[in-house]
Amino acid sequence: MTKRITLKLNRETRSVEVEPNDILLDVLRDKLGVKSPKIGCERGDCGACTVLLDGKSVRTCLILAIEADGQEITTVEGLSQAGLTPVQQSFLEHGSFQCGFCAPGVVLSATELLGRNPHPSEAEVKEALAGNLCRCTGYKPIIDAVLAVSRKPGRRI
Amino acid sequence: MSIAHQFEYVKPRTLREAVRILARYGTGARALAGGTDLIGLISDGVVAPQAVVDIKGIPGLDRIEFKGGVLSIGALVTFSDLRNSPIIARRFPVIREMTGWLASVGIRNRATLVGNLCSAVPCCDSGAVLLVYDAVVQVAGPAGKRRVSLHDWFVGPRKTVLKRGEIATGVAVPLPKPKHGACFVKLRRYEGEDLAQASVTVLALAGNGYRISFGAVAPRPIAGERIEALLEGEPLSDDLIQKAVRLVPEEIAPITDIRATKEYRAHMVGAMLERGLRAAVARLAGAGPAYGTSLI
Repeated sequence: MTKRITLKLNRETRSVEVEPNDILLDVLRDKLGVKSPKIGCERGDCGACTVLLDGKSVRTCLILAIEADGQEITTVEGLSQAGLTPVQQSFLEHGSFQCGFCAPGVVLSATELLGRNPHPSEAEVKEALAGNLCRCTGYKPIIDAVLAVSRKPGRRI
Repeated sequence: MSIAHQFEYVKPRTLREAVRILARYGTGARALAGGTDLIGLISDGVVAPQAVVDIKGIPGLDRIEFKGGVLSIGALVTFSDLRNSPIIARRFPVIREMTGWLASVGIRNRATLVGNLCSAVPCCDSGAVLLVYDAVVQVAGPAGKRRVSLHDWFVGPRKTVLKRGEIATGVAVPLPKPKHGACFVKLRRYEGEDLAQASVTVLALAGNGYRISFGAVAPRPIAGERIEALLEGEPLSDDLIQKAVRLVPEEIAPITDIRATKEYRAHMVGAMLERGLRAAVARLAGAGPAYGTSLI
């Protein structure tokens, strides 16, 4: 039973045919051509498939594409349309990533946190990023980068 | 790529319609809220429903309300909603404490507390915490509405008393009338997202009343009734705590699994009970560690 769904993907209205058993992550990557959400654990543990759904970070490996009908999705492709955001710039300056596989998810989780709480404590940063696993860095340069943005006064996230 | 199993997807707009659809499919239908548990189960082939009934289109189920001394949490209320709710922070800080150690923000943004109760895994944190409040699950079904005490709700691992065609619409949590303090102690392998190796919840009521529950140390979240009876009416003392800890093996039935051995669980629950009792009683007196402070 194919159904046409319409969603706003990175501020652009997109329409796509899906089956009820299509996973949102696969539809984003294979049918809508957005490759920044990564296929990692496929069970909600690693955070590599994170996107912002109506502004909130979610695991697209645990959402049916059909559930997202009428909703708004932001990926890093959408964040970076006008150049790197301050948090992306900070990750770059801190050398926060090595292989980069976790980076899109980390960027989105950090973006959500700073949008809600512009000056988080270290504990709050760790809580916000606890669901984004990084196997390269040991997390320190990632956490340092988010804290550095939060300490810059008056800067928009 | 998609899930190997095929199913129908329906999104009813009213509770009545949802119940009708669920009743029609019987055991072949599953209600979908956040999906953080269900979608994984379908992907893994553990459950294979004919129909998935998305209840996110039903109005009114996303509310957190406090009226007449009773907290109502609708079936669509997520753990993030609870974590960010001023009502929860003010009236039920131990629920907020629990949400801070539950999964990750990305899961909390989607996973619902009522869904957690319906999943009914033995390590269910929300079920253990709500047991000390004598919470009541609200159920709608073909025969009308009914209310089920959380003490009767869990049958075993992944099993509740929910019948064919029924849907859990919310949970009611009465605020204890006496002054009280509470504490949720969760043992995990590491800081960050992890399921409980064991959990202990303590509610201390003015006048030396105590409510205790345990998670991940029995086939379902359980109340510590023998320990409650031992403590009832007694002011907390070192001697009393030691007596309570000695009763722990009679209350719990832990197993060995990938997260911990049964011996480790049993030993740690004793230590967690001691710390939980001290913290809950201190919080009742307006002192003690701030809610959200990890005690283990």
